Amino acid sequence: MMNLDSKIPAGPLAEKWTNYKASQKLVNPANKRKLDIIVVGTGLAGASAAASLGALGFNVDIFCIQDSPRRAHSIAAQGGINAAKNYQNDGDSVERLFRDTIKGGDYRAREANVYRLAEVSGAIIDQCVAQGVPFARDYGGLLDNRSFGGAQVSRTFYAKGQTGQQLLLGAYGALSREIARGTVKLHTRCEMMDLVVVDGRARGIIVRNLATGDLERYAAHAVVLGTGGYGNLYYLSTNAMNSNGSAAWVCHRKGAAFANPCYVQIHPTCIPVHGDYQSKLTLMSESLRNDGRIWVPKRKEDAEAIRAGKLKANDIAEENRDYYLERRYPAFGNLVPRDVASRAAKERCDAGYGVGTGYAVYLDFADAIQRLGKEAVEQKYGNLFQMYQKITDENPYETPMMIYPAIHYTMGGLWVDYELQTTIPGLFAAGEANFSDHGANRLGASALMQGLSDGYFVLPYTMQNYLADQIYVGKISATTPEFDAAEMAVRQRINKLLQIGSEKTLNSKHSTLNSTDHYHKALGKIMWEYCGMARNTESLNKAKKVVSELEDEFWKKVFIPGTSNEFNPELEKAYRLEDYFELAQLVIDDAMHREESCGGHFRTEHQTEDGETLRDDERFMYVAAWEYQGHGQPETMEKEPLVYEHIQIAKRNYK
Amino acid sequence: MKFTLHIWRQENARAKGHFETYPLEGISPDCSFLEMLDILNEQLINDHIAHPVCFDNDCREGICGMCGLYINGRPHGNDDGITTCQLHMRKFHDGDDIWIEPWRAKPFPVIRDLVVDRSAFDKIIQAGGYISTTTGGVPDANTIPIPKHKADMAMDAASCIGCGACVAACKNASAMLFVGAKVSHLALLPQGQIEAADRVHKMVCKMDELGFGSCTNTYACEAECPKLIKRQNISRLNRQWIGALFGRDRK
Repeated sequence: MMNLDSKIPAGPLAEKWTNYKASQKLVNPANKRKLDIIVVGTGLAGASAAASLGALGFNVDIFCIQDSPRRAHSIAAQGGINAAKNYQNDGDSVERLFRDTIKGGDYRAREANVYRLAEVSGAIIDQCVAQGVPFARDYGGLLDNRSFGGAQVSRTFYAKGQTGQQLLLGAYGALSREIARGTVKLHTRCEMMDLVVVDGRARGIIVRNLATGDLERYAAHAVVLGTGGYGNLYYLSTNAMNSNGSAAWVCHRKGAAFANPCYVQIHPTCIPVHGDYQSKLTLMSESLRNDGRIWVPKRKEDAEAIRAGKLKANDIAEENRDYYLERRYPAFGNLVPRDVASRAAKERCDAGYGVGTGYAVYLDFADAIQRLGKEAVEQKYGNLFQMYQKITDENPYETPMMIYPAIHYTMGGLWVDYELQTTIPGLFAAGEANFSDHGANRLGASALMQGLSDGYFVLPYTMQNYLADQIYVGKISATTPEFDAAEMAVRQRINKLLQIGSEKTLNSKHSTLNSTDHYHKALGKIMWEYCGMARNTESLNKAKKVVSELEDEFWKKVFIPGTSNEFNPELEKAYRLEDYFELAQLVIDDAMHREESCGGHFRTEHQTEDGETLRDDERFMYVAAWEYQGHGQPETMEKEPLVYEHIQIAKRNYK
Repeated sequence: MKFTLHIWRQENARAKGHFETYPLEGISPDCSFLEMLDILNEQLINDHIAHPVCFDNDCREGICGMCGLYINGRPHGNDDGITTCQLHMRKFHDGDDIWIEPWRAKPFPVIRDLVVDRSAFDKIIQAGGYISTTTGGVPDANTIPIPKHKADMAMDAASCIGCGACVAACKNASAMLFVGAKVSHLALLPQGQIEAADRVHKMVCKMDELGFGSCTNTYACEAECPKLIKRQNISRLNRQWIGALFGRDRK
């Protein structure tokens, strides 16, 4: 049995966080430097946590797999960050941001966590401005805002189309300062391979130095995971090539519960797939939906002619265009939440109205260019337009962009309580790596908000509550049997992978071995097809079967060149894929058990007459937390009921 | 499309490197440069000819700054305002010879093949490329109004991705554009004024200490910068530096 106590403080919703802070345990300044903390990941969550904890005086070691902390994939977030500042005087408030986020998540997130997120959102903007983040400003010199999906106010702060970059560089600056002060030690090109648990508490990690292949041990009083999501399970996604779910997964293997794995976000506006060799999908920011209008031809014959290359988008007369989002959702129009927009695109394409390869819709700026002028549009979205043109060789100022949904974000992740602590005491998870704030669908511009909220304003408080009595423990040793065993297990795991292809290779030069990418692509295709935007019992059963078969083949036929004692990216891919095979089974099981549709999880058996998600609050208003039972064994699930005391549950309606 | 690739192979930092030639066929013009290398690696793995070519890459959308190849004598290849991952094969001619090298600069030692160690850039930032703030206790964001054109200029300077193309393009392996961009970003903002003199002093000293050369004033860095960062940032760096020499508080 796992302990799923969410530790939500008592009292009215708006006072919970204040009460918590007033009564939590603290660590005195002289004791802080005696406590060691490991932070894994240098994205918004990891970097901001490490910088803040270091500034408080704790001894922090931070790890990233890239050559610099500034490469973490938070850097690629384009559109913006939400905050309830109400600078636009358009009726925004903490309460409103809280409600939008709960509704956007289709009533599958924890009230108290989301309220706290909304509550600290304003402080994030203050912090970032103090760091010198160059947010967009209006002519009076004050901060500018724009709108994002699922909101009827303008609360999104942005820095051109590079908001994630600027926020991450702000956190990277704060982190660099702590590194210079000596409170934080940086370890680049290091990958967490295992979590070391001693007497039931997280006490350290085993890392692989990617440049040399050496295994190293680090011990600490607490471990923080800010390692992002597992979207690359699908191979083609908007994630970076090296983004992976392995750090979270090894913690899951060691006993940390994994929550809601089937909640995967599919982003509606990405550049469509165009070839088998393709390695990733590029996102076109949601902010484009502020001014871009999404459409497909109204007549099937026009769509067919476009696909055959006989007609161009601009040949279709205004009255023959179907602005299907504006038609179906007049209240929110093109700014419906991501899951809604994605499904609507799929629906049109499946019905035969898609353009391009048949799996694409138009995102058209002609109206905006006419209304605002080309220059204004360029000011707002210039770098995105340029990016689009470089990839597709088409000019979006003249012809509409083509877009299609793609895997983007994972709402599921390690289960955490109100303190962001997992079911393993001493192991905390922040940002996309945890499951906590977005329910079944994340609203645009909320990932940056959550990552920074967790790192700057939540963990520095809640971790002290845990660390307060750790001052009696003394320095944690990395030479205990638990560390020996964990390191040995990692070594064996790597050797097992390297051996699969080795002997066979020696015997025949042209054997039937395949690369890791070959299997990763195959896994991604299966998951996208059968456990992607729409799922049902049949497709999930099928997925389960073919994933098992593929995994069996992987263990017989994957070929990893080179050795473990060198810089070897092929080996890195292989051990990450090994974890994805297990994770895929869990995503499928979770999707299978949740016999309802909510947010990004769409079961075709459970929809309304007009194709909207149909929740089943009676049976499924809970968080599904899964416990690992060994390789190939079905996991067991426990429920954390979701209790809504403050908000009125309603059907999610964007019409 | 068909290409002949000449790729720098080097087993590790101590080993001697050399060019190796690989023919490659059947490449789509819509393929990105890195996807072309993926295809080559897939073939090398399948045929067990050689260890796949190592090259750094991550976001593949031009923002993380991880990728960086010296292609036919130009950092990030023959196009302006892009990173290597944004270069597409349609920019080449069928049958081209393509020479691929790592960044070559003393402060960026080779790790393997085309992968170099750019931690020197992190060290420069750690020397002072930030505004000293601790979490919490800062004023409300709108109490610091900033003229739009200043904020925009700061944003342009701040868009540096730290890829190192400027250093690779420079005969002297100078990091002036990289340092100038960060110094400018912060010096253009009121929040950055307080530490401005100290910052420029520390960053420039660190840059020199790490073995980056001096500016050639030929601006190859500007020409090759994937984010089109302007050389005016170097002028601002110089002005700030001179100002710091005279105006800096002596401790």
